[in-house]
Amino acid sequence: MSKEGPVESSELKEEYSQFVGKKVLFILLCLAGIVALAGIAATLGSASITPTEVYAAILARFFPGTFETTNFIDTIVWQLRLHRVLMAIFAGMGLAVAGAAMQGILKNPLASPFTLGIASAASFGASLAIIMGAGFVGGQWLIVGNAFIFTMLASITVYGLARYKGITPETMILAGIAIMYLFSAMTSLLQYVGKSEQVHEVVFWMMGSLGRSSWDKVGIIALVTVVCTLLLMYYSWDINALGAGDETAKSLGVNVEFVRVFCMMLASLITASVICFTGTIGFIGLVAPHITRMVVGGDHRFLLPASGLVGALILLAADTVARTIFAPVILPVGIMTAFLGVPFFIYLFLRRRKDYW
Amino acid sequence: MVKITIKDLSFSYGSRKILDDLNVVVGDSEVFSLVGPNGSGKTTMIKCIDRILKPKGTILLDGGKDLQSLSRQEVARYIGYVPQSTTSVLTTTVFDTILMGRKPHMGWRVTDEDIDRVVEMMKLLHVEEFALKDFSELSGGQKQRVLIARALCQEPEVLLLDEPTSNLDVKHQLEALDTVRSIVKKTDISAVMAIHDLNLAARYSDTLVMLKDGKVHAIGDPLALLTEENIRCIFGVEAAVMRDLDRPYVVPLRSLSGEAL
Repeated sequence: MSKEGPVESSELKEEYSQFVGKKVLFILLCLAGIVALAGIAATLGSASITPTEVYAAILARFFPGTFETTNFIDTIVWQLRLHRVLMAIFAGMGLAVAGAAMQGILKNPLASPFTLGIASAASFGASLAIIMGAGFVGGQWLIVGNAFIFTMLASITVYGLARYKGITPETMILAGIAIMYLFSAMTSLLQYVGKSEQVHEVVFWMMGSLGRSSWDKVGIIALVTVVCTLLLMYYSWDINALGAGDETAKSLGVNVEFVRVFCMMLASLITASVICFTGTIGFIGLVAPHITRMVVGGDHRFLLPASGLVGALILLAADTVARTIFAPVILPVGIMTAFLGVPFFIYLFLRRRKDYW
Repeated sequence: MVKITIKDLSFSYGSRKILDDLNVVVGDSEVFSLVGPNGSGKTTMIKCIDRILKPKGTILLDGGKDLQSLSRQEVARYIGYVPQSTTSVLTTTVFDTILMGRKPHMGWRVTDEDIDRVVEMMKLLHVEEFALKDFSELSGGQKQRVLIARALCQEPEVLLLDEPTSNLDVKHQLEALDTVRSIVKKTDISAVMAIHDLNLAARYSDTLVMLKDGKVHAIGDPLALLTEENIRCIFGVEAAVMRDLDRPYVVPLRSLSGEAL
């Protein structure tokens, strides 16, 4: 017995470090996948250029002289395609991280910023701007500002309602669903009174699209997503502990209500910043964390960043398909993610283990 | 030294008083059991001690530190909590579940010391063969051992157990309590547990507290406390207390109606 003891311990440690190594490997593979797919995505479009030319054009800006490119390729890559590719990466990452965080803090595999009424609040804000021309900020930021502000208002309302009854997953989800129906009804009312071209614009906005991307918007989304993701990752252990139940989390030293509210606000902020520019892009926030959880497991230290990368891959792939499948017609990416997301979700639903839910 | 001193502890849900002016002291290296009927306040008392619920009154830890003045993390280093049951919706492995017990001690990174501690506890509770299995796939007895291992990873001075035997068969009940008792006797840790089974409580406890309607009805040596009179008074059950083994054992005979009390 005593001889076997230490050997077994080292085997256990070895087993665990392989377990962790597998997760790190998955993250690295996703990163490599994103770089490769980004290169491919930037080559696809009406003007044909090769992946090598794309990478050369990108690197030429950073290392002038070392890499050769032409004005034409430089313009296509930098002014037309690259910001859209990066927008897909950061928007996908943000939505997926927000979804993973929501599922963790609400202990509900069906939770996402969308089930908490956030998307319908954004749609209402956008509709109000498009149909009534009313909003908190004017000019070109009218729709964006409205979508953002209503999204944050919705999550603060959910928090306020839940606070009244105690911040538990159940109260937050119920409050979120109530808010979702309220904003959906108000959007429908606006559509009912709106002119047909305005309604068309609202519908188009709600489908979600990366067509409105620009370098400024990429900058904002990237900044918010990266900062909030790092903050959420900082609370990984607390989110892990919440998964074991509120009482256990408290007994492990977690300030349960603070962590739940703070992380929900971070997830809402990411979602608001992304969908105010893109419109509502569904399913990334729901499906990407599920795919990732199947590979890396439930430890949020790895789940959050890995979900982000998987989300980036999915949205980039969906946008690339949406751009090219019926070219020159570009499908809204929100439709494409749902087409890719729904079959996968049903597949997950059918093969989930009996103890899962 | 004294582990926990509880003075004038009261707790109410709204206007319903669950705990009413409790005064008890938990000493070093003892198994301290709370018995009483459903609703007598056993679980509530456990939760108040771990500040999962916020009671009125004073709880002093570690020779005089007021529970209310400590941070959650400080409490987590002193008290390990083993919940009655845990329903984990999202997947987590046994190893990660036990590693969570290091939360009060570690930062974001997991150190070798944390891993060593987890491995040590897994071996102590004999759960090493499930290390990378999903927690939800385990049987009730295995889950219980994993949760005890997690609480011990906190390196606590006090282990709180909320009905540790409620989901277990006879063999696993004995094994779980053997484990708790041997840990308590080998180390300086004390265990405070809420338990339904009077015979198990008598066999494994150093001190028994009988709770009724949120008050301490009797406290002391289980040998002295387990009498037919006490059981009738607390549970409203007529029982025979047999003393032909080295420990008393209770055979419940029939439930008494309200008037017979």
